[in-house]
This record gives sequence, structure tokens and C-alpha cells, in this order.
Amino acid sequence: MYGLFLRHFYLITRSFPRILDLVYWPTIQITLWGFISNFFAIHTTYYNNAVGVILTCAILYDFLFRTSIGFNMLFLEEIWSRNFTNLFIAPMKIGEILTSLVATALIRALIGLIPAVLLTSPLFGISILDLGIFLFFLFLSLYLFGITLGILVSAGLLRYGPSFENIAWSTMFLLAPFGCIYYPIEILPEVFQKIAYLLPLVYIFEEARNILINQTVDIRNIYNAFMWNGVYFVLSIALFYYSFHVAKKKGTLINMGE
Amino acid sequence: MKNLVVVKNIKKNYGKNEAVKGISFNIKEDEILGLLGPNGSGKTTTIGMLLGLLKPTSGEILINGQKLEGNRIEILEQINFISPYIELPKKLTVKQNLTVYGKLYKINNINERIEFLSEKLRLGGLLNSITGELSSGQKNRVSLAKALINEPKVLLLDEPTASLDPEVGDFVRSFLEDYKKEKKISILLASHNMNEVTRLCKSILMMKDGIIIDKGNPEELISKHGRKNLEEVFLKLSRSKNELN
Repeated sequence: MYGLFLRHFYLITRSFPRILDLVYWPTIQITLWGFISNFFAIHTTYYNNAVGVILTCAILYDFLFRTSIGFNMLFLEEIWSRNFTNLFIAPMKIGEILTSLVATALIRALIGLIPAVLLTSPLFGISILDLGIFLFFLFLSLYLFGITLGILVSAGLLRYGPSFENIAWSTMFLLAPFGCIYYPIEILPEVFQKIAYLLPLVYIFEEARNILINQTVDIRNIYNAFMWNGVYFVLSIALFYYSFHVAKKKGTLINMGE
Repeated sequence: MKNLVVVKNIKKNYGKNEAVKGISFNIKEDEILGLLGPNGSGKTTTIGMLLGLLKPTSGEILINGQKLEGNRIEILEQINFISPYIELPKKLTVKQNLTVYGKLYKINNINERIEFLSEKLRLGGLLNSITGELSSGQKNRVSLAKALINEPKVLLLDEPTASLDPEVGDFVRSFLEDYKKEKKISILLASHNMNEVTRLCKSILMMKDGIIIDKGNPEELISKHGRKNLEEVFLKLSRSKNELN
């Protein structure tokens, strides 16, 4: 019995991502639901005139989640199936690998999204299409951020190996409190607001609520979302190339499948 | 015969640990070079550097006259690799896996190539089987087909017959001998099976602690060390201090 405990204890103590994983799940859950509860306690009438705001935001968030996880899954599949080395000795440029993963992640996310969008209307009498033409820009922005997170996590997998896998599952939850998905940014403490404004998510969800509740469009939110997406996307690509370079130095690529 | 692989004084350090300490060797066209050594001697690191998966700390690798550094993609088109530690996606059929790799290696007539390899490697009845459901012998032949999908000029083999029964092992060895003769390719064979190395290789490198401690053909090494077979030579060199740098 003690031996089995030791087996898992040694594993945890030898892997920083595993320790991080243990700590931040409860922290993130408490933080996120704390802000949501706080918001509804103070602003009980906020959503009165806009049925379906929460559901719409949930669908948008799920699209982001599916895109990001979908990208990570494609990368992890190669590690789990011990096919990783085969892939990296094939004559493919890093850019080609990333492009094919980005395209496949989009198709995976759309396969998941379409039934959800179609079901909301007959089940709840709500259509996400109420967001109009701007829905396209919001989805595009979420897709860009989703794949950016996917590329960042994949860069971590390249650099640190499979122990980084737990981070892959939890990046979205880490960002959720700052993303202001279900509540306006004002509900966050000031220091968190400063962090939130550095993420495209807050602009996307603020704009979705703005369109649904106020029936107006603030183009600045869409612009800011794309601007931050551009910044993070370029950074993630650069980090992926850097991680590949480091992995070649440290030998992570050759040990990945073993 | 032309040297298809030229390795010049390559070193690989992981921090302070020197995994490979400056080794040089060549592999000619139509040659199988055996790479022997105890675990941790630097064989896998050397193969990793030849595949471009590891960056040498110093030194140079040329494949078919081109430097690996700076020409990784062009060189990867000409080489391939098989190891029991890597597998093909288990859920795909054999044909789907070979088609995927045919596309990745930009093969023009994929179906023709798959047909040719399936005939040579006795895969005909397995093409529509799920790869993960095959026996180890069958999986090994499928991996070999994947490794030959691009008609490589250089083939790197890490324990290609590990865990195979004697019949399948013999089939794979005979196939490699015939294929090398027919296509005039260079093969680097890392193996712990001394009978296999004796049978397939005309020249051998013995590695230990990151350096080449001896080299030559199997008969020469056996005679030089006064042993009965290559396994005894291997044991002697593995247990002794480094003889040749």
C-alpha cells in the first residue's frame, strides 16, 4: 500500500507541471465561481431583458475551448500513439505542421459547434445568430485565440515533454476568470481588470453582451480583440519555433515517444 | 563506392554530460554499418543527430553530399528510420497509415508504392487491417514498409528485429539484405543481436561512453580480440577500458 503511495508521490514530486496541476484547479474553480456568484448577488436584474446571454456566451466559450483543446489533442494523439518521432522525421517544415494542425482544429471545432447552435433554438428558443454579421468576427477572434493557446501548449509539450500534458487540459480554465465570460469586467478587482484588458477574451465577451443587451455594436471591442490576438498569435509561433530549437538541443524530440 | 553518410567529429553534450564525445565515420553506398555498444553508449544520440532530431554540440553531418545543418527537409526526404520505440497510429488501417506517410513524403504514385511494398513485405492481406490489432511481427513489417515508402537512400535501423520470433526476424534480415543489394542504399544498424550484426554487416563500430572504441569487420574483430564470436568481443569491449579513441 505504502509502495503504491510512493509510486505516485515520486511522480508528483518529480514533475512541476503535476504540482501546478494539483494547486490551481481548486484555485481557479473557486475564483471563477466566486466572481460569478458575486456578480449575480449585486446585479440581479442585469440580464432581465436579454434572455439567452449566458447561453450565447457559453456557446462562444465552448467554441474557444473546443478549438484550443482540439489543437492540443492533435498534438497529444501523436505522443500517445508513439508516432511523434515518425512525424518529426518526415520532411515537413514546422510551418507546415502548424498549418495542418490549425486547419484540422477548425474542422473539429465546427463539427462540435454546429449541433450546439442548432439545438439552442428548438430547446431554449434562443438563436446565437441574433449576434448578426458580427458573430463571424467574434468566432474568428475566438478561433484565433483558441489556436494561439493550442500552439503555446504544444510549444510546452515540445520543450518539457508529456508531463506538460496536464497544462494542456487546464489553460482554458486558468484564463476563464479573466475572460469575463459570464459577467462584465467591472466585477473583477482592479488588478485583475488590468490583466483582463491584456486578453482578447474580455473584448469578445463584452461585445457579445453589448450586442445582445444594448442592441448596439462597439467596433473598438472587435478591433481590440483582433489586435491582442495578433500579438499573442505571433508570440505563440515564435515560442513554438524556439521550443523546437530547444527540444533539438535537449533531446526531448527523440525521447517523446518512449 | 560513394560515401552516402559522412559524420565528422560530432559531439553532443547535455549540460555537463557528454553523451557523444567526437565521433567520425562514413557509410558507403550499398553498405550496412553495424553500430554496437552497451546501453548508454551514445548509439541513440548518434541516430538522433543523423535524423536531425538532435542538434550536435559540434561537428558536421553530410548525407548524400549535403550538410544536414541547413538542409534538414531536403535530407529527410532521402532518409528514414525504424525503431521498436516508435509506432504508427494504432486506430488507422495499414493502408491509411502508409497513405498518410506517402503524402508526408510527397510520393507521387502512392498506391503503386504501397502495392510494391505490400508484395515485398507480405502485407497483402493486411492492408485493410487495423494497425493496433496486428501481431508484433506484422507491425514490424508495416513499420518497415513505412520506412521504405520514400525509397530512402539512407535507412537507420534501431533494433529492427527486437521482439520478433526467429522466422519473422529471419524474413526481415533477408529482406534488408536483398533490398540493400537491389537499391544500393546505406544502412546504419544499431542492434544487440550479434548474430544479426555478423550476418548483415561488413563493418562495425563499437561505441562505449560516447566514443568509438573499436571498428572493423566482424571476422577482423573476432580474430583481433581472440574470441569465438562477436558476442564475446562485445562483452570484452563493454567490460574493458576504452581501447581506441
